[in-house]
Amino acid sequence: MNLPAKPNESNAAVQNLHSDAYDWTNQCVKCGYCLPACPTYESMGVESASPRGRINLVKMAAEGKIDFQKDLAEPIDLCLGCRACETACPVGVPYGHILEAAKEAIENSPSANQKNKMTKIKKLALVHLFPYPKRMNRIGSAVQLYQKTGLSRLIRSSNVLQKVSPALAHLEQALPAIEPSSKRIRTGTIMPAKGETKLKVAFFTGCIMDSMMSRINRLTIELLTLAGCEVILPENQNCCGALHSHQGEIKQAKALAKRNIQAFMQTDADVIVNNAGGCGASLLEYGHLLADDHEWAGAARVFSEKSKDISQILHQLGPLPFTEEWQGIVSYQDSCHLRNVQKVQKEPRLLLQSIPGVTYVEMEGFDRCCASGGIYNLLHFDESMKILDEKMKNLKETKATTVVTVNPGCQMQMSIGIQREGAANQMKSLHLVEILAKVCGLD
Amino acid sequence: MEKEALVDLCQVIPGDRMFLDLAERYCYSYDASFGEYLPEVVIQPKNAEEISEVVKLANTHKIPVYPRGSGTSLSGGPLPVKGGMVLDMTLLRDKLIIDRENMLAIVSPGVITADIHKKAEEAGLFYPPDPSSSNVATIGGNLLENSSGPKGLKYGTTKEYVIGLEVVTPTGEIIRTGGKTVKNVTGYDLTRLIVGSEGTLGIVTEAIIRLIPKPQSKQTFVAHFNHLIDSGHAITSILSSGILPSALELMDNACIRAVESYRPSGLPLQAEAILIIEIDGHPLAIEEEINKCADICRAEGASYVKIAETEDERQTIWSARKSVSPAITQMGPTKISEDATVPRSQIPAMMERLNNIREKYGLNLVVFGHAGDGNLHPNIITDKRNITEMKKVELAVSEIFEAAIELGGTLSGEHGIGTLKSPYMEMELGITGVNMMKKIKEAWDPNNILNPGKIFPDKGQTRVVLVT
Ligand SMILES: Cc1cc2nc3c(=O)[nH]c(=O)nc-3n(C[C@H](O)[C@H](O)[C@H](O)COP(=O)(O)OP(=O)(O)OC[C@H]3O[C@@H](n4cnc5c(N)ncnc54)[C@H](O)[C@@H]3O)c2cc1C
Ligand code: SF4
Ligand code: SF4
Repeated sequence: MNLPAKPNESNAAVQNLHSDAYDWTNQCVKCGYCLPACPTYESMGVESASPRGRINLVKMAAEGKIDFQKDLAEPIDLCLGCRACETACPVGVPYGHILEAAKEAIENSPSANQKNKMTKIKKLALVHLFPYPKRMNRIGSAVQLYQKTGLSRLIRSSNVLQKVSPALAHLEQALPAIEPSSKRIRTGTIMPAKGETKLKVAFFTGCIMDSMMSRINRLTIELLTLAGCEVILPENQNCCGALHSHQGEIKQAKALAKRNIQAFMQTDADVIVNNAGGCGASLLEYGHLLADDHEWAGAARVFSEKSKDISQILHQLGPLPFTEEWQGIVSYQDSCHLRNVQKVQKEPRLLLQSIPGVTYVEMEGFDRCCASGGIYNLLHFDESMKILDEKMKNLKETKATTVVTVNPGCQMQMSIGIQREGAANQMKSLHLVEILAKVCGLD
Repeated sequence: MEKEALVDLCQVIPGDRMFLDLAERYCYSYDASFGEYLPEVVIQPKNAEEISEVVKLANTHKIPVYPRGSGTSLSGGPLPVKGGMVLDMTLLRDKLIIDRENMLAIVSPGVITADIHKKAEEAGLFYPPDPSSSNVATIGGNLLENSSGPKGLKYGTTKEYVIGLEVVTPTGEIIRTGGKTVKNVTGYDLTRLIVGSEGTLGIVTEAIIRLIPKPQSKQTFVAHFNHLIDSGHAITSILSSGILPSALELMDNACIRAVESYRPSGLPLQAEAILIIEIDGHPLAIEEEINKCADICRAEGASYVKIAETEDERQTIWSARKSVSPAITQMGPTKISEDATVPRSQIPAMMERLNNIREKYGLNLVVFGHAGDGNLHPNIITDKRNITEMKKVELAVSEIFEAAIELGGTLSGEHGIGTLKSPYMEMELGITGVNMMKKIKEAWDPNNILNPGKIFPDKGQTRVVLVT
């Protein structure tokens, strides 16, 4: 292959963009089939906010025609990473890989030194927070305290957050009520199946799920045991690394992946289950992430093959022993990473439709990203809200009283959407596990 | 571009719809053909008045203007080959009115064609032109390229359906052509002149489109042939039997193999050709016609014939045809997609010629297309970074055009001339023919500012240059 001219930005990440990623961008035939699938193209209306445009810009950067920082960084940063474009692409351009390589190259390009490499908050969270379960738990407890003491009500009524940052204010309101840490099921535990053991699974707790949404984790475990799983919670597991690779911090993502592989491979579980679309996608891609690492590649592949979403397992072992009915119309918002990367679409729907009493109505544009996109809604608040408001219009048409998701980010984003619509009295947003647990009499 | 021109443009177009930064400009430097030309500025106008102002300024400052829809052109249509400005028309999409009584649609040029299909069908009507890019391409782009697809055989191309336009002329006036009546013989037919003019004679800002009643139902069947020549005879026999299918598609052996290795679905690897035939109309009539077509195929030597009984089976038949494009791009990163078209009686002869070209140059050449109307798509799959092979491709492409014209056909059935076929215009039309067209262009666009570098070759250019 002819290397494009002028790779003067020479370090490993930039070099990588000049080899693999450059070849990937060359697979794009610019047919534009991905354009209608892209939420940012729809909301922003410029080619640089489209998959085809972004792929071409990465190619231009690799060819030395544009600058990583000055020209490439912003269009790449504005991508949600929802990967709907990948599903739409007839020739299978691996957009996700191109995006990751671009982010890594942008973070590491020499011209990045003059710029602030990562915003301070991002760096703080990525490097010092998410990788450490204990620190995350402490935050969880702090938020719980904050909610319990009534401080949250005070802050809400004073509107002070709104003035500091509308993005944070929205997020604060969307935070679920956090359970006291005494209810949390600790790692290292093994929960026996209720009744016959049909499957041995190891549960991936996730960092945000574990700290902020421990209730959903607890319910997940209870549902799994109810469905006939022995559930192992491997010790020493940690953050999946998705946020890191999405922000171009590949080195750290790899380190986290290795720690997880080690933790899970020590168990004899048949399946590794997770309940967050975004994490699941990154677990599924460990095989790719570590493909070049001789020592780890094999184990990573096995790990990825064993990874499954909670909906797949519950559907496989179903039907669930329902004890209650659920009244009203339910609609489902796909998690992009579950749908487009893990390719899981029907299981959550079938589970919802199997609930006694539920009227299931599909919303227009269900497959379109809600624009929570990791921390996109914090970094690009206005853009994110534009996309979300479109979604809420479609959701309202279904007349649903419950909208269900399979990812914490999406679930919070839908809560934000409901608040923005002033519809909190008519509608709520739930994680799939919450609604299933309720009708199975868990909770 | 001079500063003065930019300052003037800023008076007309607000900053958030005018782009000068490198990244944004690179995003409008390509279409789905290849070739990369960097515009100096990209503008996203919102209405005819803005466009009129911009075009007037362009005339004053002599800046080329390149209208662009979704950039799916396969012939280089919207590429800013002489720099200047790209007018991204995709924001003009506010109007999509279905007038049921008059069986018309009134549309803005940036509306996506598939949305017109959808809206028309909701009203029980039908807009037949269906290029395979219809989910992406704009109706403006379709109009200016005179696009069509499988349904062209029975229903004709886009131009058959456009009866009125609002146009900004190359000198910046806003005019209307045609109107809302299906019959209209008042003066020259400027509507037809502009449709298919590839954005060289005017910028379309609104179109009135004729719709027809939606066919009640359709049926599909597939036939496999061990000999290409037999499939050719089957095509001519069907068409001369008084049946007009709504689609009659062909895939050659190279296509079949490509599709089968991309997504195995039990296609016959030994077959030299597959025909896919669809008939629409009244359920009773199509029942009879489809059986008759199947009989004809058997009589002409088809080794296998299957009529789809269910919608699922129908989709399976079509999915093979729809996989062709993705399947062949797995064979290499550069796809040169031609649409040389011959009278349908000459299809077997054309296939023969294409076979010879494939062997002579040792290229990855596959053929599929809308056989019913003689519109073949020979596709050469290569890698544009492989300079030696690209030089062979240039020669092969020239020979494909020569073959089509010698057989009484044309350079382009639907993709347009753009930059890629302009060198061959004289071959088809003769010097005088091309000159007549040039005179029209000069009269409409005295400063040559609208989409210059397209359709007409540069002086002395006789062959496409793919790599330099
Ligand atoms: C995968 C694929 C499949 C395709 N299949 C088909 C097919 O089946 N049949 C077919 O006919 N074509 C096909 N095409 C070609 C292409 O989609 C058509 O030519 C389409 O009409 C282009 O529309 P666009 O909106 O992308 O226009 P563009 O590519 O942006 O522009 C096309 C031309 O129109 C001009 N133009 C655009 N808008 C305006 C306007 N408002 N006023 C004046 N000039 C304007 C441009 O200057 C240019 O010359 C295919 C392309 C791809 C990539
Ligand atoms: S659909 Fe795929 S090949 Fe087509 S433009 Fe998008 S990424 Fe490129
Ligand atoms: S990942 Fe999502 S937002 Fe990003 S380019 Fe693809 S479709 Fe658009």
